[in-house]
Formats: sequence, structure tokens, C-alpha cells
Amino acid sequence: MSLVLKFSLFFFFLLLNISNSFSAEKQEKLLKQSWSFDGFFGKFDRASLQRGYQVYTEVCSSCHSMNLLSYRNLSEAGGPSFSEEEVKAIASKVEVLDGPNDKGEMFRRPGKPSDKFTSPFPNEKAARAANGGAYPPDMSVLVKARAGGPDYIYSILMGYDDKPPKGIKLEDGVYYNKYMPGNKIKMAQPLNKDSVNYSDGTLATQEQLAKDVVTFLTWASEPHLEARKRIGFKTVFYLLILTVLVYLVKKKIWLSVEPKV
Amino acid sequence: MSENNNNPDKKNRRDFLTVATTAVGVVGVGTAVWPVINQMNPDSSVKALASIEVDLSKIKEGQEITVLWRGKPVFIKRRTKEEITNAEKVDLKELKDPQPDNKRVKKSEWLVLVGVCTHLGCVPISGKGDYGGWFCPCHGSHYDSSGRIRKGPAPTNLEVPTYEFVGDSKIKLG
Amino acid sequence: MSGKDSDLNSNNIKPVHTNKVGGSPFKGVVGWIDNRLPIIRMFKYEYLDFQVPKNLSYLWSLGGILMICLIFLIVTGLVLGMHYKPSSTEAFISVEKIMRDVNYGWLLRYAHMNFASFFFIAVYIHIFRGLYYGSYKEPRQLMWLIGIVIFFMMMATAFLGYTLPWGQMSYWGATVITNLFSAVPLVGKAIVTWLWGDYSVGDSTLNRFYVLHWLLAFGILGVVIFHVIALHIVGSNNPSGIEPADTRDTVSFAPFTTSKDLFAMLIFLLAFVLITMYAPNYLGHPDNYIPADPLVTPAHIVPEWYFLPFYAILRSIPDKLLGVIAMVSSIAVLGLLPWLDLSKVRSSVFRPIWKQFVFLFVLDFFILMYVGGMPAEGIYVLIARVGTVYWFLFFLVIAPLVSLTEKTLPMPNSIHEYEDWKKQGRIKTFKIF
Repeated sequence: MSLVLKFSLFFFFLLLNISNSFSAEKQEKLLKQSWSFDGFFGKFDRASLQRGYQVYTEVCSSCHSMNLLSYRNLSEAGGPSFSEEEVKAIASKVEVLDGPNDKGEMFRRPGKPSDKFTSPFPNEKAARAANGGAYPPDMSVLVKARAGGPDYIYSILMGYDDKPPKGIKLEDGVYYNKYMPGNKIKMAQPLNKDSVNYSDGTLATQEQLAKDVVTFLTWASEPHLEARKRIGFKTVFYLLILTVLVYLVKKKIWLSVEPKV
Repeated sequence: MSENNNNPDKKNRRDFLTVATTAVGVVGVGTAVWPVINQMNPDSSVKALASIEVDLSKIKEGQEITVLWRGKPVFIKRRTKEEITNAEKVDLKELKDPQPDNKRVKKSEWLVLVGVCTHLGCVPISGKGDYGGWFCPCHGSHYDSSGRIRKGPAPTNLEVPTYEFVGDSKIKLG
Repeated sequence: MSGKDSDLNSNNIKPVHTNKVGGSPFKGVVGWIDNRLPIIRMFKYEYLDFQVPKNLSYLWSLGGILMICLIFLIVTGLVLGMHYKPSSTEAFISVEKIMRDVNYGWLLRYAHMNFASFFFIAVYIHIFRGLYYGSYKEPRQLMWLIGIVIFFMMMATAFLGYTLPWGQMSYWGATVITNLFSAVPLVGKAIVTWLWGDYSVGDSTLNRFYVLHWLLAFGILGVVIFHVIALHIVGSNNPSGIEPADTRDTVSFAPFTTSKDLFAMLIFLLAFVLITMYAPNYLGHPDNYIPADPLVTPAHIVPEWYFLPFYAILRSIPDKLLGVIAMVSSIAVLGLLPWLDLSKVRSSVFRPIWKQFVFLFVLDFFILMYVGGMPAEGIYVLIARVGTVYWFLFFLVIAPLVSLTEKTLPMPNSIHEYEDWKKQGRIKTFKIF
């Protein structure tokens, strides 16, 4: 093996190491799941996305906003694939502040697909005040904002334990979580068996709920994941062909300089 | 000018392999350019606002409202009987851009127009001009009560946007 | 005046040639244009007929690859600029709007992000190639210096660009790096406030960083043109380090070098596409998807990977001012190399001792990169210090010392002889493909 090759390999493993080092202190190993959206041809599981949206609205959304998403996103390609009618119905259930009208007053109206997801709190201060000083982070890009991504969120959801190990003292309104850095979290265990009633008959176990909502959140932070992987595959395929062709052309051109022995 | 002696067989460089490679390369470059061009088209949040619903129930006969749609004014006029008959009886031969009135409305009472002069994009003024319709102050184009160009430099009639009635007194623009 | 008359009578009168039309090697319309605007023949002479050593390895394709990177970065940057809003309240949201709503916005942004990283991968290989084959030596010193200027500008541009998404790492990276200037004695604080336009990194800072990011990007393009003009005067170095003498040693740029470079570019693009499309955030940091928060510093601040070696040098020195000086001089010292390395032999192929130190230097670079990404404590500090010492030792002591004492290997007289020696196994080289 040539030296440069060795070096580049070394370099690669270093990068791997460095990015691992970001996840800070010695931590519990995350619960690795096999996600439908992993891999070269990964796609979101539509039914899981729809169920995940249900979990978000019925559980998470009472504290966590998703400011960057609009209701229309729910029917866009590569997403949960709700029909446009369903999205209209979903949006019309929320109240949106609009205005000012001709009289100069703000007014409330039913939501439209083009509206952003409504937030549980008017601003960050209000959110902190209602949650004992902790700010429930906006969930729009949460999966991309955490080292470990989907596995990390899943692990947090599954990492609660009523009986913390000895030596860990929990203040009021603080819970023990195996995977949270520092092991303390201000969010009570959000998902329990049957927290949500699935209409499609799927058993709402804690694992299932967590898996569905993480799928949904992954889509929310990366809505074009499917297009990216699809275009990526085509591009790689194309480049391979072109590279081979160019290599042959190059060989032919260089024949006059480097004749075959 | 290449005095390169490494390179004796110049004549059939453009053989099949080279041509094929070039063709594949050109296709790739063309495809790669598309995202760079398409990014300038309206994005999906703009497209989501591309259709709006307008309530007509409060407009009285002879009244006109202006609503903002896709960043442009849209005139919605509830025409009087007289205006309708005037618009309908015009001889098409007189018109620069011949179009019968019934082709420009869905219900003859309601005239919906994009309020942008087809000359150079100014907003015409309602109730002015020689033909009982609109008058563009920029370069003096006169439109009749069907929004058709009658006099002045504008080449075509005021545009009728795509719209449909949803219910008796509500329209959806776009 | 009498002076004028005497001028006319004297020998000072010379014919002038303000009209230089003519001399084109082309005929017809092309010739007509070329006679009046000689860019067509310039292109022909400099990019078609230009003679290039025929023994260049693929390491010499990095120049072309870097050019492609720069052009792609400018194009994607240009279109991102059509949607991005440089204000502290809108920046993060506008980037997310690009990622979500703009047609192919996600592709353009991920491409821009990762091209920046790949630009640095390519530039590091490019620099190490120059180091190994002595491309900084007579007559290429100025080209080497221009290259270092480009590298400095690249670092500044990358830093400014990383601020723009206004995430946590953007904000705190900007805070930490701008605070480096506070190490300047007496006026440090004033400089930092001036840079910020505020009492902390804020809205004004972001807005000017955006403008400067653009300015420097085009600045790089300008200096790159100087780099290339210089290259076309001094010619390419080559693995043997021997100047080409006749056409047995060279090939013409097109189609030989172009076809070879094109192949290398495609391999490079393939790697780029794989990262961009399947692990677009791999080279980034998750914290930058958290909107900037002036009240909370992330637990573990790290710059982008390409700054890590220099970040390690900065942290390895316990004094603020000296740390900053060390970091800046760790790059600037590269500029002294043409005058510190006194060996007449360019290529490390013929320099058995120097070669070892160059490899060690490359290794040192990666080690510093590694510790730069680690917390500044315990063993990592020690490693960083050793690495920093070697870094400076390499340039300031090892280079002159080795060049004066080393016994170089016997060299062939020409490039074509070098190629023959290689075939006979008299020269040990390494190949990457």
C-alpha cells in the first residue's frame, strides 16, 4: 500500500474520531435502531410519519414548537403524504392570529395550509416560565441539532428510569435519564404505553410511539431527504459512467506518450 | 501550432469514444445547471399563497373592490345592468383585441380583472377614461366596462385571472 | 518654447506603437477579433499549446480541482445569496427556508457547505505536494508566497461564511475568533469593538461579515489569477524536480493534461457527491442547527475541521498574545521556506533525510488536527505542545540544517532520463493510483 493511501486512510479515521469526540463525555451507548430512512435508498415509512405526527400533536406539541414547518408541508412529496383535503382539515382546527383587518384590529381565524405550525407558547420567556426555567427546544431541526440524531432522540425517549442509580440526587421537577448528558432532564417521561390512540390499529407501545415520533421529527428536520438520496444515487451512477469514459479517453490520448509495453 | 512530436495521429481524435464522452459530459453539465436556474422560480411558500378566496357578499351593485393577489391588484367589480349591456353590445370589429364580453366573465354581473395595464404595468384608475371603464394615467390607455382596450398604447385587454366561484358569493383566485 | 525645439532636434524622438493590431495565428472572423482583442491567442498559447512536464503525477491535478472548487463555491454562493438574509433575527430562518422552500435550495446549500470542506482537503494536498517536491524553490518562490496569501484568504472567507447560518457554533466561533484580536496590546479591545460594531457579536457583525465573505471570495479569485499567471511564467514543477529541456520531457496542456485532470476531477467530484448526498452534515457540527443564543455557550467549542491544527497550536500556548502570534506564524512561516531550505535539489525523491522530515510534518499536521478537536486538557495539551514545537522546528531548524548537511542521491540529467531510471527501478517513488 502506498504511503499517500495510508495517509488518506489515517486522515479519514481521524475525522471519524473527531466527530465522535463531539458527543462529549463518556456516555451510555445510544440505542441504535434500524431506520427506514437509513442507507443509500432510505425512504420514510409513510404510515409511521403519519402516526408520528399524531404523537407530536397529541403529546409533544403541548410544550414543543415547530416554528419552521407549515401545515402544507404535511402533504408535500417525500413527507407524511396526507391528502390536501386532510391538511386543510388539520389546519382549520387551529386558530391563527391574523390582521390587522380594515379596522386595524388583529383577529383570530381558522388556520390555512400555508400557515406555520402554531406554537404552544407566545415566546421563549413564556415557555421557560411555564416549564420551571427550562426551554423546551423547538423541534423543527432537533434531530440535526443533536449528535447521534434519530438514535439520540429515541434513546432519550426510552431512557427514563424511576429508580435512578445510587448517588444521583434529583431535585423537584427533575428526572433521571440514562442518555441525557449529565443524566438529568426537566421533561417528565413523555411517552407511555397507549399515550396515543392509533387509528390504524398499530399497537401503541412505548417503543412504537418513540419510533414513530422520531421518524416524524427526522422528516421535519430533513424534508428533502428522499429527494436527496434519489438524486444522489443518480448522480453517483452518472459520474461513474463519465469517469470510466473519461479514463478511456485519457488512456487513448496518452497512448502516444506512454505506449503499451 | 503545437509542435509536439509526441502526438503524431491527430486526424481521428474525434472518434466515437471522444464524441460519446463529450455528449455524456454535456448532458451532465446541463442537468447540473438546472438547480441553479430553478432556484430563482417562486419557492414553495410563495406557491402556497398563490390562491386566495375573496368574499363578494358585501359588494353592492356598481361598486368595485381591489384585492392583492400574487403581489398584484385584482379589480372585482359588480357591474350595473347598463354597464353589462354596454359591454355586450360593442361591435367586435371596433376592438383592437376582439373578445366578446361573455368570454371575459363567469357571471355577467361580476367582472374580475388583473389591475395591471398591459402596456407597461401601471395600475389603471377606475371610473375614468372615455369608455366607462378604466384609464391608465401613465400613457393614457382607455379600457371599457369589460376591461377591453379601446384607445391608447396598450396592446391587449386587461387580463382576466384564473378564478372560480366557490358558492354563490365567494370566488377563489388562482 | 526653446526647450521644445531642442527636443525636436535632439535624438529623443522615437517611433511609438500605440496601434498593435495584428499578429494573430487565426484567420477569418476569429482572427479579426483576436487581432483586436488578443485573448483567443492567449488562450491558445497558455491553455492548448502550453508545455507541461510529461511525468506529472495526479498530485498535480489538484490545481485544476481547486479551480473547479472555487468556481462551484462562487456559483452556489451567488445563488444562496439571492435567498439569504444577513440579520440576526432572520439569518437562521432564511437558511432553513433555503433548505425547505427554495427549489433545490437544500442541494445548493449542502453543496456550498461541503465544497468549502473539499476546497480545504484539496488545498492541503496541494500544499503538501509543493512541500514534498520542492515547488517553493527558485524560480517559484513568488508563486508559493501568493499561494500562502490565498490560503490565508481562504481561511478568513471560510470563517466568515461559517458565521452566516447564525447557529450556536457560528455565533460562538465568531466570538472566539474575533476575540483573538483583543490580544493586541493597548488597542486590542478597541479593534474588537470596531470589528463587531457592537459590544458583542451581533446584528451589525453579521451584516458586515456577509459583505466581507463576498468580498474575500472574489478577492481569492483575483489572487488565484496571479497564482496562475505566475505558474505560466515559471512552468510546472514535476516529481523529478528537474526543469524540462526539450519536447522529450513535455506534453502539451491540451489534450494531455486536460484529459488527465478531468479524470482526477471526476474522482474528486465522486467523493464530494457521496458526502454531500449521503452524509451532508458529517463534516459539520450539530450545534450549528441550534439558533445562536448569546446567553449559552456550547459545552465543547470546536472550529471547522480544517482549522483544527491551527486551533491546536493556538491552545498549546498558555499565553493569550503568544498563542495568537504562534497560530498566525505557523502559517506565515511557510512563506520563509524558500529561503530556509537551501538545498539546490527540489524533489524529495533525491533527498532521503528531508523526505522523512516532510512525512513527519504531514503526520504532525494530522496529529495537531486530532488534538485540536479534543478538549484542551490532560495528555492532549502535551501532544499539542510537542506537535507545535515540531511544526516550527521543521521550518526554522530542520529545513536549513538538513539542506546544508544532507547527501542527496545521484540525479538524472533530464525528465526523460528520470522516466527511464524509474522504469529500471533506480528511483523509488510512490504512486497513488
